[in-house]
Amino acid sequence: MNAPTFKSSPLDIERIRADFPILKLKVNDKPLVYLDNAASSQMPQQVIERIQRYQTTQHANIHRAVHYLSETATHEYEIARRTLQKFINAKEDREIIFTSGTTEAINLVMHGYGRKFIKAGDEIILTTLEHHSNIVPWQMLCEETGAKIRVVPINDAGELILEEYEALFNERTKFVGVVHISNALGTINPVKQMIAFAHARGVPVLVDGAQAAPHLKVDVQDLDCDFYAYSGHKLCGPTGIGMLYGKARHLEAMQPYKGGGDMILSVTFEKTTYNTIPFKFEAGTPPIMAAIALGAAIDYLNSIGMDRIAAHEQALLEYATAQINDMPGVRIIGTAKHKASVISFAIDGVHPHDIGSLLNQEGVAVRTGHHCAQPVMQRYRVPATSRASFAFYNTMAEVDALIAGIRTVQQVFA
Amino acid sequence: MADMKALYQEVIMDHNKKPRNFGKLSPATHHAEGHNPLCGDHISVSLNLEGDKVEAIAFEGEACAVCKSSASMMTVAVKGKTRLEAEALTQDFLAMATGKMDMNEPNNMGRLAVFAGVRDLPTRVKCAILPWHTLHAAFSSVTEVSTEAEADPMHAPMGSD
Repeated sequence: MNAPTFKSSPLDIERIRADFPILKLKVNDKPLVYLDNAASSQMPQQVIERIQRYQTTQHANIHRAVHYLSETATHEYEIARRTLQKFINAKEDREIIFTSGTTEAINLVMHGYGRKFIKAGDEIILTTLEHHSNIVPWQMLCEETGAKIRVVPINDAGELILEEYEALFNERTKFVGVVHISNALGTINPVKQMIAFAHARGVPVLVDGAQAAPHLKVDVQDLDCDFYAYSGHKLCGPTGIGMLYGKARHLEAMQPYKGGGDMILSVTFEKTTYNTIPFKFEAGTPPIMAAIALGAAIDYLNSIGMDRIAAHEQALLEYATAQINDMPGVRIIGTAKHKASVISFAIDGVHPHDIGSLLNQEGVAVRTGHHCAQPVMQRYRVPATSRASFAFYNTMAEVDALIAGIRTVQQVFA
Repeated sequence: MADMKALYQEVIMDHNKKPRNFGKLSPATHHAEGHNPLCGDHISVSLNLEGDKVEAIAFEGEACAVCKSSASMMTVAVKGKTRLEAEALTQDFLAMATGKMDMNEPNNMGRLAVFAGVRDLPTRVKCAILPWHTLHAAFSSVTEVSTEAEADPMHAPMGSD
């Protein structure tokens, strides 16, 4: 692929922005200011072209026929798997399972690991900061098995209270699920420390990396997590594709989640022998194009560099935070010491949906709502917030547009 | 695209700040609660029918400016009308808000026509129609409605994250 390389720091934002056709859009006759990256990021031309190249010259079903196109598609699909492996520094490529996204990855662990190893009376530790996708599957498991969920509380800044986390452990604790970065508040959780504590008690840990993978360098061997999940569309890839990393010994011990083609070695009506990992968990024809496009998206991010992406986003966060803190009547919800480029905020006397509609009028796209994290909203006693979330292609001028938009909202409601 | 700012400036300046008929009627012959699970908004509508006529009506609750203004203007519009007239107006308002009414043709929306613009904003349609759904529920003595109900013309699943 022809991803540009950026040698000098800071980022050449104008050159990066030129890679994203959608950023040239106008909304309500104003330049689009896209600040909803925590929900989904945009796709660069390099990934769009990769999709076109695949569909026009490489597509067939994978792992099946001996003809040229099938072998090409299989080859490209497995190259993408290795790109994903290196991106999070997994030890082996068979530890990477393509899923439809983070939600499916967590459901896979719930069905494959949870239903096999978690029994009545066992306890699963989750945190207040979890997205619904790391709550609901475990509730379904508890309903089925009689296991119980214990929840790690947060302080007023939106940070997990680690003493409370540690106090939740007992001989019944069988699993921990923790979000790496909170989608609603931006809090970066000390997952490495939490994993070490759990492992000292023999408890495996799943990390929901949906918000972390796009914004910081993830090293699953350094974290020593047992499972890690993220979605492709939050890191410049397409929707419908994501990944589950699992340590090989766990994946091998787990039961399949979906039955079908490609996940078997042999089938008779008496007995089916399952395929080896990762194929055991990839029943049916996968989204081949999306997987290859995700590989291209990661190549693109790597060409910029995750460390430089993180540094630029941190600068945007600090600039926006300082500006909003100076505005009377505006309050930031979630003030953790370690934060990613997410700002949830409230304006006195203005409903979040009204904020969202009026900012949209100015071309500024933010998310308003409960962010699929209702326990967080309940903790702060708000039904919803407005959330601006920045990506590496956002600029300081776009932060200014957000601030100007907030002033307009305040004027309308003055 | 609707000019939301104009809509806000027109209705916010007036009905959001000084909502008409805000409160609860006690006693009331009819009452219903309405919820919008998308944003957690809820309003209640209570009214007194004298014979077939809406003799008094009031609303209260926590809601966004669009919802609150729609409710306020609704109470003004239906007060003194017969139940049949109010129900017909409700149907017309729902048709307008969901884009099924040709606004170039003569209609009976009057000042309510400021809400026509929400038809371009599917996520905000629910805010505008919640009071009217709740009014309909009150007439029917259904005690609770939700904009997520099957009858909601703009029914759509909630977003992710």
